[in-house]
Amino acid sequence: MAVKVILPTPLRPFAEHKASVEFDAATVGDALNRLTETFGELKKHLYTPDGHIRSFVNVYLNDEDIRFLKQEQTPTKSGDTITIVPSIAGGV
Amino acid sequence: MLQLDHELAAKIRAHGAEDYPHECCGALLGTDGAAGRAVRDLVPLTNRRDDSPRNRFSITAEDVRTAERAAAELGLDLIGWYHSHPDHPARPSEFDREHAWPWYSYIIVAVAAAVPGEMTSWRLTDDRERFEPEPLSSAGAAQHTSSVGGKL
Repeated sequence: MAVKVILPTPLRPFAEHKASVEFDAATVGDALNRLTETFGELKKHLYTPDGHIRSFVNVYLNDEDIRFLKQEQTPTKSGDTITIVPSIAGGV
Repeated sequence: MLQLDHELAAKIRAHGAEDYPHECCGALLGTDGAAGRAVRDLVPLTNRRDDSPRNRFSITAEDVRTAERAAAELGLDLIGWYHSHPDHPARPSEFDREHAWPWYSYIIVAVAAAVPGEMTSWRLTDDRERFEPEPLSSAGAAQHTSSVGGKL
């Protein structure tokens, strides 16, 4: 059940500069948990202190935004690709 | 240190003036290596915050992907973002910090009464606690370097 997780450039320094990593995972949430267990410094950039995916972190399963699927409970199968894409926000 | 030549700095200022009183935003394309970080091109983007564009900006994931493709086509990297602060100093706000990514450079240009002014650049610390000023320098002209936020 190997799933590939593609990391955006700003997160790669926290994952040994890897562009992608593979994990055995049954859901998107499983894969993200494996990711943050393996690279602990990623967690604060992906999740709020109360454990929710940050609003500016977009997670796609094979190019489909998981917000339109079953979010972190979205099932995965071997060969799937999870892509983390930033959105950018700010203001005064 | 972030290298930004005068022509590109002028384009960012012009974008800030053009979109005033709304916040403008765009992508910084460039290089990041042992020799330092340098902006080589810009991708002006549309501020997607229709509800409060005077004090907020938003760049969607799709726009981020567009900027990444533009960078790849030019053999460059997407190294950061710029936005304007209408009638507000060129200092990152708490809202900026809460929504920032590490590694990226964040250029801010102050625009007062439609006139662009101070320009600064910032990097989020790895612990997300604060922004650190990133001195700006114009290409090949270190004498333009400023110690605080890198004014150009």
